[in-house]
Amino acid sequence: MELVVQDLAVARGGLCVLEGLGFALAPGAALILRGANGIGKTTLLRTLAGLQPGLRGTISAPPESIAYAAHADGLKATLTVTENLAFWAAVHGTSGVEAALAHMNLTLLRDRRAANLSAGQKRRLGLARLLVSGRPIWLLDEPTVSLDTASVALFGAVVRAHLAAGGAAVIATHIDLGLPEAQLLDLTPFRARGEVQASHGFDEAFL
Amino acid sequence: MIALLIRDLRLALRAGGGFGLGLAFFLLLAVLIPLGVGPEGGTLAKIAPGILWVGALLACLLSLDRIFALDFEDGSLDLLATAPIPLEGAVAVKALAHWLVTGLPLTLAAPLLGVLLHLPGQGYGWLLASLALGTPALSSIGAFGAALVVGVKRGGLLLSLLVLPLYVPTLIFGAEVVKRGAAGMDVGVPLALLAAITLGAMAALPFASALALRINLR
Repeated sequence: MELVVQDLAVARGGLCVLEGLGFALAPGAALILRGANGIGKTTLLRTLAGLQPGLRGTISAPPESIAYAAHADGLKATLTVTENLAFWAAVHGTSGVEAALAHMNLTLLRDRRAANLSAGQKRRLGLARLLVSGRPIWLLDEPTVSLDTASVALFGAVVRAHLAAGGAAVIATHIDLGLPEAQLLDLTPFRARGEVQASHGFDEAFL
Repeated sequence: MIALLIRDLRLALRAGGGFGLGLAFFLLLAVLIPLGVGPEGGTLAKIAPGILWVGALLACLLSLDRIFALDFEDGSLDLLATAPIPLEGAVAVKALAHWLVTGLPLTLAAPLLGVLLHLPGQGYGWLLASLALGTPALSSIGAFGAALVVGVKRGGLLLSLLVLPLYVPTLIFGAEVVKRGAAGMDVGVPLALLAAITLGAMAALPFASALALRINLR
């Protein structure tokens, strides 16, 4: 249940953006990523989630333990709040839709179509998906975008409960989530020095 | 996987899901052809198998880019790729959902349109059989094309250019089955080849599509 990253280098668009990155995340711990826009926070999270390969280094995590919450919430506008969440619960083979709705304060909106939600409500629904994924390691990319202060506090409480239950989280954020115990990781020292990565094989610039 | 199938069917049937678009296109095409070619039964009967198959193929093409593009735009594709179901399985299920909302209705509507095109009486059974057997290949190949162009803005035209040449064998053998069936000839060989294309496409292409998706998601 531990996420260990050693000497990781990640690339975006064929260009190495971060290198020499290493950290270990124990159960119950949270890591907050800091760094200027464009430094590679999203790229790092996508690499950790397994959506793209790292250039070098190793990422070791138990299989199927990582839940990724990106900028986009992955909601279907024509499905209702409950249908959206029930789909992800079914995909992950978990239950607990009701509890997730309650935790993210969505119970009153349950039969509303996702198209009619406000930006903050959509975000809350997107984050509720983490709760039904049943996975211990959460990768959160700017989770508080478009949330109001009450919702930020609500989500902070959800993350704290997740950590207390033995989960872990890597969070890219500029806002204080109210997690005093979280470690801070400033990515600035790991910025790659403009090293251009030769495209490996035909699959870059595919179309 | 069943949850994914149900979700895709539900999305297709809800407002703006595009269900019926391909079918309406198919109907219009089959109505327009007699108006353009003229009402002589002999000519129409001769071209009916080809027209019906080309119509089915183009109708199928209309909704292909929805298979992955919508999921890519709203971020669900990233989440599906990290979900516990294998991406290959997800691709196969999405191709199946596409077939259920386009290929199957086209197959069921085709005999009706055969009447408009003066398809000879013995051809109807073979029309139904060839479309039922061939349209799953159209959805599988189409899903592969959609996976290739998933990151491309306005990839619909590129998708057509990629996919239409791949549809050629299915079209040839599918139309041949109907042509021979309508003429009362033996249909064994084209029918077997059509089945082979469908089975091959359904077995192999989900893997290729999943690979293309993984590359496009990077």
